Amino acid sequence: MNSTVLINIFRFLALLAVQVAVFNGLNLFGFLNPYPYILFILLFPVNGNKAVLLISAFFLGLFVDMFLNTGGPHSVACVVLAYLRPTIFKFSFGISYEYQTIKINDRLSPERFSFILISIILHHLILFQLETFRFGMILSALLDTLYSTIFTLIICIITIYLIKPGKQQ
Amino acid sequence: MQQIINFLYKNSITLLFLLLLGISLTFTIQSHSYHRSRAVSSANAVTGYVSEQINNVEAYFGLREQNEHLAFENAQLKRLLYNTQDSTARPPVTVPNELGTFKVIQSKVIINSYNKQENYLTINNGAKDGIKPDMGVVSSQGVIGYIEQTSNGYATIISLLNKKFRLGAKIKKNNHFGTLIWNGKNTGFAQLVDVPRLATVIKGDTIVTGAESTIFPENIPIGTIEKVYIDKKTNYYTLDIRLFNDMTSLGYVYVIENKDRKEIEQLQQATTNE
Repeated sequence: MNSTVLINIFRFLALLAVQVAVFNGLNLFGFLNPYPYILFILLFPVNGNKAVLLISAFFLGLFVDMFLNTGGPHSVACVVLAYLRPTIFKFSFGISYEYQTIKINDRLSPERFSFILISIILHHLILFQLETFRFGMILSALLDTLYSTIFTLIICIITIYLIKPGKQQ
Repeated sequence: MQQIINFLYKNSITLLFLLLLGISLTFTIQSHSYHRSRAVSSANAVTGYVSEQINNVEAYFGLREQNEHLAFENAQLKRLLYNTQDSTARPPVTVPNELGTFKVIQSKVIINSYNKQENYLTINNGAKDGIKPDMGVVSSQGVIGYIEQTSNGYATIISLLNKKFRLGAKIKKNNHFGTLIWNGKNTGFAQLVDVPRLATVIKGDTIVTGAESTIFPENIPIGTIEKVYIDKKTNYYTLDIRLFNDMTSLGYVYVIENKDRKEIEQLQQATTNE
């Protein structure tokens, strides 16, 4: 047990609490909700245990599903995002990302921005398609994805800036 | 054997991923498949308790609105009371309490949802208060939905704003029946389909629950006709219904139990089986 583990447990609980208490009930313009709880998956240590990440991502999604009464799309999206995270890392930071010391919660560079953006798009695409689950509604689900992605992105970046870099991790 | 273990070890992350993906996909597909099939819902002690606490705080901001709703409802009830011949007299036909068909339980919405295709609400009463699946839920303004799942202290409701929702409804004036559904587009409107063409439909007419429903009592208000579409392929009207309820802000609701429901359904089943 060291501080990294504690910080991640705290982050899990805090993000879940904020998501449930604040962002789920936001309904901007009547339909728009951001899902910044995926920051937990994005900020998980780069060299951390992958199995732990997968399992915790699954439960994170499952809890959000419970509170939103959605049934399962959040957990699917979270598990896929957690599994594909190394691939997105490779894409954004270059092939040898594991040897560099990457900090996601640091000042915004193009690499970090692209990593966060791709992750959010991936998560939201899966989420909204599974939530509607109808071929006839694919287009409107894509529109929801677009709006929600912008919203989540803004909130994620603000959150990363607000939590002082260097203090965490 | 060694190779199998090696393979499993090498691909343990992928296998774990596939396992979790399988579980969560099963949940998802189940939840979309049919009525009362969801494995993951907010009708459990943990999410129910947390949501209730959050709602307790949020409820303060809507107190004024809630009071106005209650005052409005009281006014309506008083109107009924004062317009009887003698307001202190008991109703002419005294029905003993035990013989009444409908039982009403008061409850409160703690999770509201209206921006998805399949919306569910959660209320803070459950099995221990006598709430069972398939009971109707109404507010003072009209129909909200019906109970889907119950836990000990909480219950989830299939909202009227849910694509799985179906309800027999009728035009109050001329008793023509249709089916109330929601097309997933606007939270203020629902659709009444399969209304026969020989019915006279006029914009502004009131839609109420039909008599054939075993969940709701007859004549509970739903909304007014806003727009009339004629389906060219079939010989039916499709009506846009402006809902009386503002589904985006719900507070106190009433759960209605029809004590005769089981009897009616048994009878119907026995009839169709023969």
